[in-house]
Amino acid sequence: MSSASSNGVPILRLGDVLVTGLLNELDDKSAIAFTEELTARITTDRARGVLIDISRLEIIDSFVARTLMELTTMARLLGARVIVAGMRPPVAITLVELGLQLTGVETALNAEQGMTALGWHRVPAPPEGVMRDTSQ
Amino acid sequence: MTQASDVGTAARGGAHVYEEGCPTTPTVHEVRSEEDLLAVRHAVRAATLRAGFSIVDQTRVVTAASELARNAYVHGGGGTVTIEFPDRNGTPGLRLTVRDDGPGIPDLSAALTDGFTTGAGLGHGLGGARRLMDEFEIDTAAGQGTTVTVTRWAVR
Repeated sequence: MSSASSNGVPILRLGDVLVTGLLNELDDKSAIAFTEELTARITTDRARGVLIDISRLEIIDSFVARTLMELTTMARLLGARVIVAGMRPPVAITLVELGLQLTGVETALNAEQGMTALGWHRVPAPPEGVMRDTSQ
Repeated sequence: MTQASDVGTAARGGAHVYEEGCPTTPTVHEVRSEEDLLAVRHAVRAATLRAGFSIVDQTRVVTAASELARNAYVHGGGGTVTIEFPDRNGTPGLRLTVRDDGPGIPDLSAALTDGFTTGAGLGHGLGGARRLMDEFEIDTAAGQGTTVTVTRWAVR
């Protein structure tokens, strides 16, 4: 279920949300394979949200931008909402200068805020020992 | 070790100081495959560090290099990227020359317009690379390949 995807990053399922990410080494072939795998997983896992962590990406060129925009549109067509989280500040500056705004792509400051936007909330950790076997 | 420190001394004797022990001689990188595109990005990243660029300037230059190298690979059928370390009155810079022997660009002003694309990209490659760099020159003609030369100077 959570084996490493074609992109090298596992696609994890948390409830109805898929959590994955992009590495810096994304090339054309792995981007296409990643798109196919993620859309398939949205269907098989009946996901309603997708969080893509991009905090590892040191650059976003027009190819990666296009991949993110297409992924977002494909997921939306399948009924899932995509949030791209964790863009580095220099990447944001460069993207704007490049003339790319990632139109239609929803973003979050980091993975935690992205998950919150997708309906996940922190709950306090259970008190220590609550799950221990007490039969003894 | 002796050789490394000799290089450092030579660098100090120059108009500016690159990181000690790092060669600043031009390097040429082939762009024939997807793996080469990644290798070019790594080489350019290392060069921006060597030239003392800020993290934002590093990102600008590596992004521009990625756009131009991909153009050479996709439209030019492959080519080369040359990395040089020019000097302007003591300000270190980085110059990339991206050359291919492809079909050339028949309508240059259209190719520099945002949104113009003949390939799988977004049509921001050439115009975007121009905005990310301080200097931009392009030499192309139908049937004669394309050479793009871009330079960025480190802000001091």
